[in-house]
Amino acid sequence: MIGRLVEGTPRRGLVLLAVLLMAFLAAPLVANDYMLTVLILILYFSYTGQAWNIMMGFAGQLSLGHALYVGLGGYAAAALYFHFGIGPWLSLPLAVAVAAAAGAILGFLAFRFGVAGVYFAILTIAFAEFARVGFDHFTWVGGSAGLFLPVANYTRNDLWTLRGNPTMFYYVILAMTVAAFVLCHLLLRSRAGYCWQAIREDEEAARALGINTFRYKMYAVVLSAGMTAFAGVFFAFYYNNLFPEQVFSISRSIELILGPIIGGVGTLVGPIIGAFLITGLAESLREVMHALGVDVPGLKQVFYGLCLLAVVMFLPDGIWPPLSRALGLDRDSSRGQGT
Amino acid sequence: MPALLEVEGLSKNFSGLRAVQDVSFAVPAGAIVALIGPNGAGKTTCFNMIAGVYRPDAGAVRLNGERIDGRRADQICRAGVGRTFQLVKPFAGLSVLDNVIVGALNASRTMAEARTQAEAMLDLLGLAPKRALPAASLTLAERKRLEVARALATRPRMLLLDEVMAGLRPTEIDQMVKLLRDLNSARGLTILLIEHVMRAVMALSLRVIVMHHGQVIAAGTPDEIARDPAVLECYLGEEAL
Repeated sequence: MIGRLVEGTPRRGLVLLAVLLMAFLAAPLVANDYMLTVLILILYFSYTGQAWNIMMGFAGQLSLGHALYVGLGGYAAAALYFHFGIGPWLSLPLAVAVAAAAGAILGFLAFRFGVAGVYFAILTIAFAEFARVGFDHFTWVGGSAGLFLPVANYTRNDLWTLRGNPTMFYYVILAMTVAAFVLCHLLLRSRAGYCWQAIREDEEAARALGINTFRYKMYAVVLSAGMTAFAGVFFAFYYNNLFPEQVFSISRSIELILGPIIGGVGTLVGPIIGAFLITGLAESLREVMHALGVDVPGLKQVFYGLCLLAVVMFLPDGIWPPLSRALGLDRDSSRGQGT
Repeated sequence: MPALLEVEGLSKNFSGLRAVQDVSFAVPAGAIVALIGPNGAGKTTCFNMIAGVYRPDAGAVRLNGERIDGRRADQICRAGVGRTFQLVKPFAGLSVLDNVIVGALNASRTMAEARTQAEAMLDLLGLAPKRALPAASLTLAERKRLEVARALATRPRMLLLDEVMAGLRPTEIDQMVKLLRDLNSARGLTILLIEHVMRAVMALSLRVIVMHHGQVIAAGTPDEIARDPAVLECYLGEEAL
């Protein structure tokens, strides 16, 4: 199993990954609570970026509405906990199923009726907006006033109900991120991975080679949506509150895709590097501004915009592809390397 | 010889333009047949109807006696028809090997089997030294070979080749002709090719079908076609006769 996992990955890459993993595992020993919350945010965006990447990076279907799946997953699990006391791990399958179903409906409508490219992206925004407006009036889950989970005093960590201190949440999201990384790595080498990449590169040629493009695009959307819903469950229990205006907003969808775009769309390492850079830099910027006593609302958004602009202008493939070449690692994770 | 591919009364209009009108022909199993004609004659449209890109307005396409018209392109590929594109469509971001693996998945149960099949196709088409390069870095001649390798990797019974010789140098054309002839004789692969390079058409084809303005105007052996007044007229103009 391990052998199959690492096959074809250069030794240097494996060492680097191992060091990185050790560093992440040891981080709570040295990090204070604030640094830990930043790391949690970074891992959260690494995970969601990885999930989004399956749809866009692998299969070439641009989603600008992934907040939909975060929200649906979060609301499903939070509502079950709030109303019936059902723990997040029990409600996780339902949360994933709800988001996957939403993805399936969207995918079916789009792919059956040939909605592609920019129009597909607009459709994904529309679905997230429907959800935002709908949940504003969905009083069972609090409507626009929001849904709040009871916050207990964190005297002890309860992994089963996801109630605990940041260290526990940190290890949960770290495990999710590692699992997503391994899953995507395996997917990229699988039949589905090859079919997705073929569709991304040229859908007509993919079809001519016997690939049922409708089916594989559906797989990508459903899988991506389901994985994202898991992040939504985490989000709900970590922040303990959900507001439709926030959780389904387009800015959340954009925030979620910045990591993979900056790091490198279609690569395995890109979403992680991107999340690191964008979240890390944005938080440092906030700290610096705070220390200087300057309060500029919207500065984070301006900063995101500048980062995106710089990457699009100077590194259109993202940071990882040139970086991996410089490090001599480009056999394992560069764009389009299914082998 | 029984016909592997039968096309009967095939027609297609594009918003009033009659691209293909009532075209019928047959490709016997194990044969190489060429489809020729001036630009805009409807050859590629015919191909696209056979390969499932377009649904015919009228007519039937049969593979081994079974109707395949109206099926999707991927279903037709799985039924045993491989094709290349006139304007080559490599998966530019993937390596040459990965391009062919995608095709090989069609008839492989495992990834390992697909990889073996793809490696064999790269050897056959002389692309093995380029296997790790991105397809975007290939020359036009290499891209044409990649198209053929990818289509062959799907293990078709019937191969549709759309101008694979165009843009090749004479020595490259001779190599391709030899390769196709080998595939045909060694593996019994049936080939229907659209071609403008007459040197290749004459060297390869058992039968030639000539299209003009969406219709079949002549069909016969290469020698018969070369002497046919209607064919000469459509290629050279009336005064040339």
